[in-house]
Amino acid sequence: MKIITGSDLRTGDVIWWTGEGWSRHVNDAVEAGEHAEAIIARENAKQIVTDTQVIEATRTDDGVRPAHIKDRIRALGPTVRLDLSLKPADTDAGTWVI
Amino acid sequence: MVEQTLRFRDDEPVGDPAVTVDAFADQSNATAVRIEPGDDARALLPHLDRLALVEVNFPAYTDGRGYSAARILREHGYAGELRAVGDVLLDQLSHMRRCGFDSFAPNQAISAQAAEKAFATWPEVYQKTVDGRPAIWAKRHPA
Amino acid sequence: MYQYDQYDQAMVDARVAEFRDQVERRLAGDISEDQFKPLRLKNGLYLQLHAYMLRVAIPYGTLSSRQMRMLGDIADKYDRGYGHFTTRQNIQYNWIKLQDAPDILADLASVEMHAIQTSGNCIRNTTSDQFAGAAADELVDPRPYAELLRQWSTFHPEFDYLPRKFKIAIIGSETDRAAMKLHDIGIQLVQNDAGEIGCKFYVGGGMGRTPMIAPVIGDFVPPLQMISYLEACLRVYNRYGRRDNKYKARIKILVHEIGADEYRRQVEEEFKHILTLGLEPPAAELERIKGFFEQPGFDANASDELDLSDPDFALWVDQNVHAHKQPGYAIVNISLKPVGGIPGDATADQIRLMADLALEHSFDELRVTHAQNIVLPHVKKADLYGLWQKLDEAGLASANLDLIGDIIACPGLDYCALANARSIPVAQKISERFADLGRQRELGELKLKISGCINACGHHHAGHIGILGVDRKGVENYQLLLGGCEGADTSLGTITGPGFNEDGIVDAVEKATDVYLAKRAEGERFVDTFRRIGMAPFKEAIYAKETANG
Ligand code: HEM
Ligand code: SF4
Repeated sequence: MKIITGSDLRTGDVIWWTGEGWSRHVNDAVEAGEHAEAIIARENAKQIVTDTQVIEATRTDDGVRPAHIKDRIRALGPTVRLDLSLKPADTDAGTWVI
Repeated sequence: MVEQTLRFRDDEPVGDPAVTVDAFADQSNATAVRIEPGDDARALLPHLDRLALVEVNFPAYTDGRGYSAARILREHGYAGELRAVGDVLLDQLSHMRRCGFDSFAPNQAISAQAAEKAFATWPEVYQKTVDGRPAIWAKRHPA
Repeated sequence: MYQYDQYDQAMVDARVAEFRDQVERRLAGDISEDQFKPLRLKNGLYLQLHAYMLRVAIPYGTLSSRQMRMLGDIADKYDRGYGHFTTRQNIQYNWIKLQDAPDILADLASVEMHAIQTSGNCIRNTTSDQFAGAAADELVDPRPYAELLRQWSTFHPEFDYLPRKFKIAIIGSETDRAAMKLHDIGIQLVQNDAGEIGCKFYVGGGMGRTPMIAPVIGDFVPPLQMISYLEACLRVYNRYGRRDNKYKARIKILVHEIGADEYRRQVEEEFKHILTLGLEPPAAELERIKGFFEQPGFDANASDELDLSDPDFALWVDQNVHAHKQPGYAIVNISLKPVGGIPGDATADQIRLMADLALEHSFDELRVTHAQNIVLPHVKKADLYGLWQKLDEAGLASANLDLIGDIIACPGLDYCALANARSIPVAQKISERFADLGRQRELGELKLKISGCINACGHHHAGHIGILGVDRKGVENYQLLLGGCEGADTSLGTITGPGFNEDGIVDAVEKATDVYLAKRAEGERFVDTFRRIGMAPFKEAIYAKETANG
């Protein structure tokens, strides 16, 4: 699937397009469909997101997993500081990145 | 692209169109020339007294060669109009002024008011350049 | 230490105001990201993988305890309680919000600090010897010259849009602790036969994808012409450096392509012209600055005696404490490389503790080193034991300076948007593999440096052992380099051969150290043995049987 990601302009937080708005959790990401470019153009114009792009991902039983390791690390947080990641309680969280 | 020139000189603007450096070399009566980033500003040095306008083109604001070109001309005594043209943005104006530009023809219009504010960005300057402002070191050690 | 006067303060205050205005314009939607990006980069604000990252300048790596404490407070107030000290003697914060950035710059300005020109194609923060003003082998203290450089390069109107970034290092000792020849310009303060001081200019060094060692361009420039000579070097580069390809835009490529002799000729010509313009700050300005770097009030009766009966303390003294030019004093290196830790990271509490210790024991001064460690430059030997105990309690007493555990690593793919592979986990695994300090000391001086991509922020070219992260069809892969070195005998590492996965690279490093142990001659460091016996024996051992490479 193709999903849209970007960064929150004010906070820099990693965000994912949910079909209606933006979420900090990759599992909320939805198939962007053929209107991805239009969505990006519209959202960029609102000046609340930045660095938006369409990326490859797959939906697995565990949730949405970006194809590229860089995006998986963005989705989780630094693998060397899992305490600061989006899954601070899950000590195995690093394993789905690699 | 609207031609909108900000001028910080009191003399009359030059009416002649600016010619390329190559054309200038062949035309003994031209008084205005346009320097592209790859041109050597020093080629103009023998002709400074007959020049009234030098345009320095910035095709992209990130190409900083024009700053050196401007300073070289001023350092050698050029007193005519020195105009920055092209991708000239508000946030670069104060540095351009410090390098000797005294007129600006930006692709995207800049208001005179915004330009004045930009020139006032730095209350002091660390370097001596060609704009006559005393460097901080000169103020610390008045002659 | 240098202290701002009203002029210096006015400059940083103006910068805060300017950036506040730019951020407001961006948040209001008045300027686009394309227009804003170069403006925020000029203030060291990047957008990284997880958030904005702020790079704060630490001019020539020197800090007062008040400044250091502010760095800790910023980590708590605006970040997530830690910071990352870098090979450029700066600090980076990883979790910054754009809306907070102007306030952070204001907090920095309140302690005479800033993030000016920590990014962009301009003259970056000048680096220097972390032992400046303290080293026993020092000829001239480089800090006053570095401060002169800081002021000259700040908001230089002609050189803000160079072909590429520009990094200057300056040293005043025979021993080069700043990797001076791997900078765009390296300046070494030297003495001639008449006993006069001069600047030896090395121009056109660098790392990145085309590492080069800088040739000498100016043999002996009088100190009171240093700024004019720099103007000449930079002007030739600004006019003729390549702008058609950003990978060929550094000054090293210009010097390489036209040759050092031709570059020197052009610089000399420009220099002659510039000398007529009176751009050089007067001698009185250099004297004024020197006044800030006078020797601290050392105790002339301080004793050189040290009680080394505590073996752990003795080990730390042997490894991490350096000779000071003043009898009874020593230079303390605080390693930010605990076993399994993240090289260069320090928590807000650790940062504040180091600030307190500097106030109490080091005449209020700290330094950041290009090896991502912290230095307390002027510690009384009598204070060492108490100091060590406090460091130890805070996890800051790793006795591994310049050993294999003292790894340099860039942020890599855990944080960096440009990365191909993660650097930190590799550093952690290697430091765990060699956790035993006795084993590390047996291996002796061994500089291991890791970069997560070809940009070489982790100096992998200059590591006795270097590791470079690459992307092999979407999978992290690591190349091994041997034989790099910085300092007087600067050399660039050579790639051993095919790359490895994360575990494979740790094994390969271990095999390389085994070859060294087996082949070394008396007194040889790893890099010396490598230079003597060459790549073949290492290659043979590393690729011996087909290990499962990733
Ligand atoms: C995290 C954001 C960073 C980015 C985007 C970044 C980007 C770059 C790039 C593009 C280059 C190559 C320049 C060239 O070859 O022309 C480079 C080189 C370098 N960077 Fe970084 N870097 C980052 C972090 C760091 C850190 C954390 C350090 C210190 C640990 C550092 C220190 C250096 C050094 C020493 C070099 C090589 C020296 C040279 O300029 O030739 N950078 N960086
Ligand atoms: S070397 Fe590459 S991965 Fe490492 S910090 Fe520099 S740009 Fe990022």
